Amino acid sequence: MIAKSRKPGNFVILRIGAKGERIPLTIVDSDIEKGTITLIVQNVGASSGKLCALETGDCITDLVGPLGKATHIHKPGTILAMGGGVGIAPLYPIVEAFKKAGNRVITVLAARNKDLLILEKEMREYSDEVIIMTDDGSYGRKGLITDGAEEVIKREKVDECVAIGPAIMMKFAALLTKKYNIPTQVSLNTIMVDGTGMCGACRVTVNGETKFTCVDGPEFNAHQIDFDEMLQRLRAYKNEEDQARKK
Amino acid sequence: MTDYSEILKQERNAAWRAELRNAVPNKDRINIERVHMTEAEPHERIKSQTCEVNKGLTPDQARREASRCMDCVNPTCIEGCPVSINIPKFVKYIEAGHFLDAAATLKEFSALPAVCGRVCPQEKQCEAKCFYTQKMKKDPVAIGYLERFAADYERESGKIQVPKVEKRNGIKVAAIGSGPASLSFAGDMIKFGYDVTVFEALHEIGGVLKYGIPEFRLPNAIVDVELDNLRQMGVNFEKNFVVGRTASFEDLKELGYKSFFIGSGAGLPNFMNIPGENLNGVMSSNEYLTRVNLMYANQSDSDTPVLRGKCVAVVGGGNTAMDAVRTSKRLGAERSIIIYRRSRDEMPARLEEIKHAEEEGIEFMNLANPIEYLPNAEGRVAKVRLQRMKLGEPDASGRRKPVPIEGDIVEIDIDLAIVAIGVSPNPLIPACLAGLKMSKWGTIEVNEQTMQSSIPEVFAGGDIVRGGATVILAMGDGRRAAASMHDYLKNRYNL
Repeated sequence: MIAKSRKPGNFVILRIGAKGERIPLTIVDSDIEKGTITLIVQNVGASSGKLCALETGDCITDLVGPLGKATHIHKPGTILAMGGGVGIAPLYPIVEAFKKAGNRVITVLAARNKDLLILEKEMREYSDEVIIMTDDGSYGRKGLITDGAEEVIKREKVDECVAIGPAIMMKFAALLTKKYNIPTQVSLNTIMVDGTGMCGACRVTVNGETKFTCVDGPEFNAHQIDFDEMLQRLRAYKNEEDQARKK
Repeated sequence: MTDYSEILKQERNAAWRAELRNAVPNKDRINIERVHMTEAEPHERIKSQTCEVNKGLTPDQARREASRCMDCVNPTCIEGCPVSINIPKFVKYIEAGHFLDAAATLKEFSALPAVCGRVCPQEKQCEAKCFYTQKMKKDPVAIGYLERFAADYERESGKIQVPKVEKRNGIKVAAIGSGPASLSFAGDMIKFGYDVTVFEALHEIGGVLKYGIPEFRLPNAIVDVELDNLRQMGVNFEKNFVVGRTASFEDLKELGYKSFFIGSGAGLPNFMNIPGENLNGVMSSNEYLTRVNLMYANQSDSDTPVLRGKCVAVVGGGNTAMDAVRTSKRLGAERSIIIYRRSRDEMPARLEEIKHAEEEGIEFMNLANPIEYLPNAEGRVAKVRLQRMKLGEPDASGRRKPVPIEGDIVEIDIDLAIVAIGVSPNPLIPACLAGLKMSKWGTIEVNEQTMQSSIPEVFAGGDIVRGGATVILAMGDGRRAAASMHDYLKNRYNL
């Protein structure tokens, strides 16, 4: 049912084991015929480790969704999409939808190195142009995602941007597009518990007001977000997370 | 209601009731003192999140307490009960020693007697209307303790009785949310013969009974038994299902659902919008309690973390504030402090909860209101600035309004702040239903008698209508909604 109901920008929450944590993950793709959804997860902590350790045929204990507001898909003309690291995964359905809505889509993908770059082939299918940036220059060009993006902005008229990646990347993407006054959406990956508006762990300041990422977002106007507060809040359970990884 | 008072009269006239009444003169009944609930010792109980504070009555205690009830001709206690339990009947069954019959009587009216016996504010409801309170100025019959006793006795006896249900009529109805409003609705609708499915967004059924109320007040295992009872009556439960998102109302109609009850609760926590409130270490009571109660974050094998403060400030004076502050003590806080802007007399929490908190060493800073949270070098909360208050004239709620004492500001050192100042209706479900009439507070507007919304096949009750109330008021709404949905469907489908 999630496969059928999901829209670009929606996420799910899943849980593994009786004492498992609720993990929010953006839906990358779905197959309505088979009733499946695609999620992409990077093995970085205790819970993502548990998910990655599952074998084909194993069960996820709980799965709920689709949650969050869907991306506003329309046809402004030219879209510049920026995806960093594992943020490329949630960007993919948005690129696909903007392309299908008739936009010209230029996609800039960035990763630390060639091995960590995902979904390049899929992105090329729905992008008029794909620019690849790596931190170490092992693939594409060496440099930051904002370097590649700024080149495009200088070269041609960009009507709208969408940027998804680590919070720090989104912060600099927002600063860049603000300089050029281009409306920009970002999808935030704040800490969540229930994901249904109940707890407020995911609160973020947008345009001076506290919003809940899970029900008001996860996508917001990048130019209105207090990224420094968000970066701070992402560290709320750093000690506990470090301990869990050691277990 | 005429029907119900006739039934009450007939039942009161039953031979066994008359015999019991005559067995003990009223003047002897009056002289019995109200029973004292046995409680776990404060220094013991604060070591465990799951050690229930109230230990329940023994059969002897229960029978003696039940014998205080004079089986009034006009039982006003029932008027104080939002689900209209036939209180004298179950109390008299206890006096007679027929404990299972007492439990069966409770189940005719309430889907959750073991829950209500623990968390209902009886002192404001049935017990406030008891003859002893009203006319004699004495302590009321301990109806709440007796309710709990009967429900616990039945569960522990292993002879759990499943209430009778009507023959299935094949009509599908849905309850959205699985808290007390929906469970009460589901219990009545299944008795009327409908196919009932309860949809829950979280991975556990029970709503606030599971994520909100801590286990030292309401053990999860007790809730599970009541849920199992509903399951045996035939209620279906679908967890991990957000109606409006996982499937739309239209999708559900296509699947055959004819009518809906929205009991999705007041999930959205309120904040004060003061500086520093988004610092790490400041969170809603919903977040704190959910991490502990639903996700078991206090247990070492849970993947969900929780911040354990050494010095914890909980802002608010309601039951949720008491639940949070007492939880923090159990999680090892050295100081756990309630910060409340009025005085103890105005606290909305039950007296019993306040008393238990005091016994457990909770500090109370009343007549103080946070105005700012201040961070340490790592950006975590380190202090709260408080504005001292005094009480002025009564406000709209009838309670004396707190007013700031100018210039009287104090700072206290804390490492965790929990905001428990109330909740707002969760917009998630109503937002998915076009044409549903909402109030300016975000609650669903319903006809107060029938609980029917602006969409004829949609009914609603509990906090999504009230904005923040009690378990039992939500259950009363669920019952009324079930009765009127039954009428609506009977007319519509010629049942």
